[in-house]
Parts: sequence; C-alpha cells; structure tokens
Amino acid sequence: MKKVQFKSNYSQYFFLAPQLLILLIFLYWPIIQTFKDAFTMQDAFGFGSQFAGFDNFLFIFSDPSYFTAFKFTIIYSLVITLITGSIGLLLAVQANKVIHGKNVYKTLLIWPYAIAPAVVGVMANYFFSERYGLLYHLFNNLWGFNWYKDVFDAYIYVIIAGSWKQISANFIFFLAGLQAIQKTVIEASIIDCKSNIRRFWTITFPLLMPTTFFLIIINITYAFFDTFGIIDTTTIGAPGSETKTLVYKAYIDGFKGLDLGSAGAQSIMMMIIVLFITIFQFRYIEGKIHYN
Amino acid sequence: MGFLELQNITKIYPNGTKAVDETSLNIDNGEFVVFVGPSGCGKSTLLRMIAGLEDITSGKISLDGNLINNIDPSERDVAMVFQNYALYPHMSVFNNMSYGLKNRGISKDEINNKVNDVAKLLEIDQLLSRKPSMLSGGQRQRVAMGRAIVRNPKIFLFDEPLSNLDAKLRNQMRLEIKKLQRQMGVTSIFVTHDQTEAMTLGDRIVVINNGVVEQVGTPKDIYSKPKTKFVAEFIGSPQMNLFQSKIENGLAKISDIQIKLNNTLNIEDACVGIRPDDILISDKGEYSSLANLVEYLGSDMIIYSSIGGQEFSCKLSSKINLKAGDIFKFDISPSTVHIFDNVTGYRA
Repeated sequence: MKKVQFKSNYSQYFFLAPQLLILLIFLYWPIIQTFKDAFTMQDAFGFGSQFAGFDNFLFIFSDPSYFTAFKFTIIYSLVITLITGSIGLLLAVQANKVIHGKNVYKTLLIWPYAIAPAVVGVMANYFFSERYGLLYHLFNNLWGFNWYKDVFDAYIYVIIAGSWKQISANFIFFLAGLQAIQKTVIEASIIDCKSNIRRFWTITFPLLMPTTFFLIIINITYAFFDTFGIIDTTTIGAPGSETKTLVYKAYIDGFKGLDLGSAGAQSIMMMIIVLFITIFQFRYIEGKIHYN
Repeated sequence: MGFLELQNITKIYPNGTKAVDETSLNIDNGEFVVFVGPSGCGKSTLLRMIAGLEDITSGKISLDGNLINNIDPSERDVAMVFQNYALYPHMSVFNNMSYGLKNRGISKDEINNKVNDVAKLLEIDQLLSRKPSMLSGGQRQRVAMGRAIVRNPKIFLFDEPLSNLDAKLRNQMRLEIKKLQRQMGVTSIFVTHDQTEAMTLGDRIVVINNGVVEQVGTPKDIYSKPKTKFVAEFIGSPQMNLFQSKIENGLAKISDIQIKLNNTLNIEDACVGIRPDDILISDKGEYSSLANLVEYLGSDMIIYSSIGGQEFSCKLSSKINLKAGDIFKFDISPSTVHIFDNVTGYRA
C-alpha cells in the first residue's frame, strides 16, 4: 500500500498540537515539577527553597512510617489481587455455565465496575461504621472487630472495600477469556477426562493464563494507585498510619503536611516501582504466555 | 468390539428445532460408516449424541448391547477427531496424546509405549515435544488422530476432520484414514458434507437431510439406485440432471423429447434423473441439443445445454471435438434413467 504523503511540513504539528498540549500540561510539566520538588528542600513557611540533593530520599528511607506504608501497600495489593482474581474467576466460571438469563447475570456482575472508588468507599463506610454498620456489628460480635483500634481489622475493612469493585473487572476479563477458549477443545477434554475439577485445572485454567497474568498486573496497579479514593473515604489511614498506601501517604505528606520535598521523593520511588512492574510485564508476560 | 445400535434417536433443541428425527441405525463391529448431508442436516448432532456431547431427547443408543444414553462421554469408550483438531494448545504433542490415558489411571510406562507406538505409526514421533502452534495443519491432523488412536477405543468418531486441509493434503489424509481403519479394524463413523469423501471412505453411507435418514447403503447402491430425489441430487459429481416430466405408459415426455422407458409406469408429476455421464454422445444419436457452454477439465469435459428450458449437463471425454454453439446428438439408455415421483420424492 502506498503511504499518503503530505506536502506541508507544518500541518502535522497543527493536528498534533491539542494532544501534545494536554500531555505537556497534565503529564510532563507535573513530572518535571515532581523531580524539582524531590531534589529541593522548602523552608517551613514555603517562602523559599534550596537544592537538597538526595536528602529527601534519605529522609523517607529513615522514616519508619514510610516502611509501614510500603509494607501495607505490598500486603494490600497482594491480598486484593488474590481475592479479586479468585472470586472473579469463580463467578466467571459459574456465569459461563448459565444458560437461561445469561445476560442478566453478566450485567449485574459487571455493574460495580462502573462505580467510582470514592463512592465505593462511602458505601463501605455505611457497612463499617461503629454506630450503624452492619458488617461492623456482625464482625464485632464474632471476634470483637474494631478497625479504629486494631490493625488487622482495619486491613479487613479496606480490603473488603477495595476488592468489591475490582471483582467485576476480574469477572469481565475472565469471562471473555473463558469464551475465547475453543469450544471443541473443552469438548475434547470432556471425552478425555471425567472429573470437572481436574479438567478445569489441567485445561481451562492453563488456557486462561494470559488473562490471569494480565489481571495480576491490572490488580496490582489498581491496589497501588486507584485505591486512593477508597482509603480517603474509609479509614483515612487509621489506626495511626497503618492503612496508608504509598500514594495516600505521598498525598498526605505533600498536601496536608506541606512537605513537598518528601512527597516528591515518594512519587519518584513510585515511578521506579511502576517501571519495574512494566518491565516485568513486558519481559515475562507478554512474550511467554501466548500460545497461538 | 464396537457394535453400535441407534434406536429412534430424536434431538429437539430448547428453541424447538428438530435436529434429528427418529433415526434408527445399526453399525457393525469394524464397519466404516459415513454420515453425509448438507450443512445443518443433523449429521454432526447425531455424531455428538453418540459421543455424549449432546443430550438425547428420546431414543436409545447402545454400544455392544449396553445402553449408553446416560454414560459420561469419558466412559463410553469412544474417541473423537474434531474438525479444527481441538488440540490442547498449552500441551506438547506427547501430552496431548497421553492426556486421556493419564486421566484413566494408566501407568507411565504403558503410556510411554502406547504414545510412542502410535506416533511412529502416524510418523509424528519427531514432533512429540512440540506444541500444536509449531505444527502445520496436516501435522495437527495427525496428532488429533493419534490422540484418538492411542486410546484404543471401541469407536472412532470423525467430525469433518479433513475440511480444514488443502485439497492435496485432504486426498492424502483420506487415503491414510481409510488404510488405518482397515488395519485396526475399529468401528468408525465419519461425518462429512463432501460426497467424494463419503463415496471413497464408507463401507456404508448414511445420507441425511433435515434430520431424517434418506438412505443407507453401500456407495455403489446409493450411486446406482438413489432412493429419493434428494439422494440422487446430492450424490454424484457433477450433479444428476433432473427433468420435470410426465410419464404415460412407460413413455417419459420432457417438453418435445420422448424417452422410452423399459417399464409401463404412469406418473402425472414425475422427475426423470439422468447422470451427466449417462448421456451418450454419438453422431447417430436419437436426440439433439445445443451446447451452451463447454467446461474443459483435462481428461473430461462438461457440456451445459437445455431441453425446453430445463438445463442439463453431460460429461464426456475431452477427446471429442465439441465447442460452445455446436449442435450435438446423443442417446439415453433406458436402463440408466432414474424415475422419481415428485409428490412423494421417492424413486418410482
């Protein structure tokens, strides 16, 4: 096919301009600003700032609360990945079997995906409020649940709040993955293997591997970055700073604590984490798990 | 052993479509039976009911005298080869072939021996460690066959296994399937819409149309004595010529032509069938017609012509010198004429 050649050397810039402008203002400028913040120290009243080298980084590494947030974020993302992945898969497998009212099930299971994290947090609030929370009192009766004081209980609170909506995302992708499996491959395995469970683990699940790895990345990124609204509307990091994610901590330190230098350094640390996740995704997942 | 009995098998889908209607059929041990019919005629559904992949609405299927209607597909002792091969994409060829054996609790050594033997038989022993995505279409087809053979089942079920291959490979695999089946003597059912495959492979052919068995018989029976108009049209290439006609006392009238039959039939609304190669061209022929179009096929050629607005074709050796626009003379031997009653569709 012949490529279309335009005579003008400038028209392409004209058409690209709106997109470039958006990128510049909302992406590149903040990144540059973050780097500037990370390597400068501001005085307490915000009147002046001076170059600080790696002092901000040294400060966050020596700060125990940074490691608390780091630990929480890792646990939070792993647990959310596991819970949303397994429940999403279970629902998808079951919904895939349904013959009557298939679309009703699908629609209902996809709905939560459309709800904003902050709204999810507010709803979770109702369930976990000390005064009228249904789940709060249920758990409280079972083992004396009190997320205001107990770290483990607070984890349960934010994990339930954070998982619910993401289960829908997992459900959609797993369902699509299941439907992409050739029907005759499943039929061949029905003739070859009697046990449903064995067939699932030896045929269906391995064939869902590309979807599973994709979702692991999606879920980790979600738990890392998109749960800001949920934390902010549920525990706000309580008890103490035990349920602050890295993103939430950077926000609190930067905008509530007005320590832009530390927040900048934390942001750059997160960039590095994202970089690693991306490299991992490209190297190990994109290449390895596709069969055809 | 593999003696299969189908008794009044009916399949009605939840939406009310009747895919298979009261089909009864016995298939002998070691027999190669081909189900043939146009797409959507119910032949695959029938095969899938035998495999256990489809529920049976009513009727009985028994294998070696045992009712298998409600037996799990994995325990029916049948093996199936699918149209798109249906190999497990994440498993090596070896694992594809051994999967069914492993699930049946057969020992590792025995599996190794069986898989290696079958792989040698099918000449895929070099490919055992490869994944299906690294195989060509023909190799995948062999692996799919190997997966069925290794199980040593009572019945092989083939669901249009050759339709994804190119013409050359298809002919080659067809011969090979036939050879293997003879060699192993396992009862086989082969579903196809291709009448050439049906004719060449089957000991017996079952012609199915709209969920109903139109005729069961040897390829020769079906070709020389089609029981219905549908079978007459479906089997044979090029298609049998069918002329609308009126038969009075053994004289068939097709517009201005009259053919004397060797009987004394009287049918008001009849259909006269003559195979294209039963129209004998000769200079002294009794009838004559105009060649509208000539198709040259190498050793043969096909002439398209018409009698009183009814088109027909004749197949003859391409050594005869005839081109479009020529008038040609021909004879029809009364013994090669097939007569069908248009009202019932049956052979008269």
